[in-house]
Amino acid sequence: MSDDLRELYQEVILDHGKNPRNFHLHDDATNEARGNNPLCGDQLVIYLQLDGERNVVDASFLGKGCAICMASASMMTDLVKGRSAEEAQSMFEAFHDMCTGEGDETALADNMEKLSVLSGVREFPTRVKCATLPWHTMVAALKGENEISTE
Amino acid sequence: MPSSEKSQTASIMYDIEAIRADFPILARTMHDKPLAFLDTAASAQKPRHVIDAVSHVYENEYANVHRGLYQISEAVTVRYEGTREIIRDFIGAAHTHEIIFTRNATESINLVAHSFGRNFLSEGDEVIITALEHHANIVPWQMLRDEKGIVLKVVPITDDGELIMSAFEDLLGPRTKLVSVAHMSNVMGTILPIKDIIDKAHAAGAKVLIDGCQSVTHIPVDVQALGCDFYIFSGHKLYGPSGIGVLYGKEELLNAMPPFMGGGDMISSVTFEKSTWAKLPHKFEAGTPAIAQAIGLGAAIEYVNGLGLDAIGAHEADVLKYATEQLSSLEGLRIIGTSPNKASVVSFVLEYAHPHDIATIIDRAGVAVRAGHHCAQPLMERMDVPATVRASIGLYNNRTDIDALVRALGEVEELFG
Repeated sequence: MSDDLRELYQEVILDHGKNPRNFHLHDDATNEARGNNPLCGDQLVIYLQLDGERNVVDASFLGKGCAICMASASMMTDLVKGRSAEEAQSMFEAFHDMCTGEGDETALADNMEKLSVLSGVREFPTRVKCATLPWHTMVAALKGENEISTE
Repeated sequence: MPSSEKSQTASIMYDIEAIRADFPILARTMHDKPLAFLDTAASAQKPRHVIDAVSHVYENEYANVHRGLYQISEAVTVRYEGTREIIRDFIGAAHTHEIIFTRNATESINLVAHSFGRNFLSEGDEVIITALEHHANIVPWQMLRDEKGIVLKVVPITDDGELIMSAFEDLLGPRTKLVSVAHMSNVMGTILPIKDIIDKAHAAGAKVLIDGCQSVTHIPVDVQALGCDFYIFSGHKLYGPSGIGVLYGKEELLNAMPPFMGGGDMISSVTFEKSTWAKLPHKFEAGTPAIAQAIGLGAAIEYVNGLGLDAIGAHEADVLKYATEQLSSLEGLRIIGTSPNKASVVSFVLEYAHPHDIATIIDRAGVAVRAGHHCAQPLMERMDVPATVRASIGLYNNRTDIDALVRALGEVEELFG
């Protein structure tokens, strides 16, 4: 098996993919958005619970997707908890840049180091959207948009 | 002749190694591995005969058609129009002017939806499609529904991926104006009983469109024997260039239908007060057509005819049988579409890995498949899967390609299993 495949499918990703964290409906969600990747049919819903200061009190998701998409959503929902909406937005930007190759994993803030395991998607241009779909959807939820599509 | 002897003769006649050598791309590698191209149902590779025919046009006799009063233009017009005859013969149409060139199968269906649908269907009229259609045979009818208030009805399928004929008969009624169905499922390979469908639709007074994109490459088609009103397919799945598609329609219907697009080449005369339409087939071919692509399609059909669709079909059936056996033996693998009446396509899911992850991993092993919803989202929902992996078999595939697929799936199991 090639090294870039090993790099893409690291243990951590396989674990998050198989046992996603925060994988449930959220009754107290204040914001939610649906994300679609029409190219492949992946669909997920991101639930955010924001307080009066627009801090993310809690986050969860539901949906169907590949291991990369599930792992990305799983890690993201873990990471945005306790952050302000602004922080979540800048995390998205740093993550997006890492996946598309415009930035690299060393540019990630300390609290985002975990996400560097997803940097392997850079070698797989057709799979970048799998990793970024949950993040695009989370940002849409923050903005109060209900639906986004990667196309 | 005893059957074993017969199959031996067939295998000698169908020289798969020589055939593979006709397709230059099959000699290349993908990620330094021999290319196992199993995505012909999405678009087929091209034989040297087609590549040369297209090059020949551009190098020796390219000019616009139907216009130039000089030798090259006349020569290319003869070749271009000659392709219509090759296609007429290929599908058994009565007249060459019943063969309309389009950009692709999608445009062919849209042409019928616009020209036939908008003019001959009115509010409350019904169009019947099936649960296994490609989006190209769903969306144009939804657009017509939203515009004209027609009713769209969908024939359900069984868990094996076969059409439920009794349900189709129940849906047919006095308001049914058109039945538009695939000849063969692009996802499951199921071959629909189209003769029966056509006969029953006609008995109910409806017209019938057959989407032959997947079938014309595997099954001999005779539109007159079938009696269908429209038969459509694309060039690129038939080993020809992309950018060229075909609409066959019965002469009297095409004559009654207004043009789809206006412009040059489709008129008889133009004044600012009024224009009159050209005769068939040009009435439906506004603007400069895909000249070299049409000629390339003619060359592709010559190539396919040279091998013979019966021989191609027999070879592909053998590879499909092998693929089905090999894949079925893998633990956790489920084949989607298990009708005995199927051809050249095997869709599957693995219980431990998503189709995208599978496609990415086996790509690195040189295996090209399609993973996703295959432009058939309603079918995915019906079969209760988010997506599938689809390995499709063309006239050049062999058991080695299937072995490469099965071996590569071992790597998926290694990671995810």
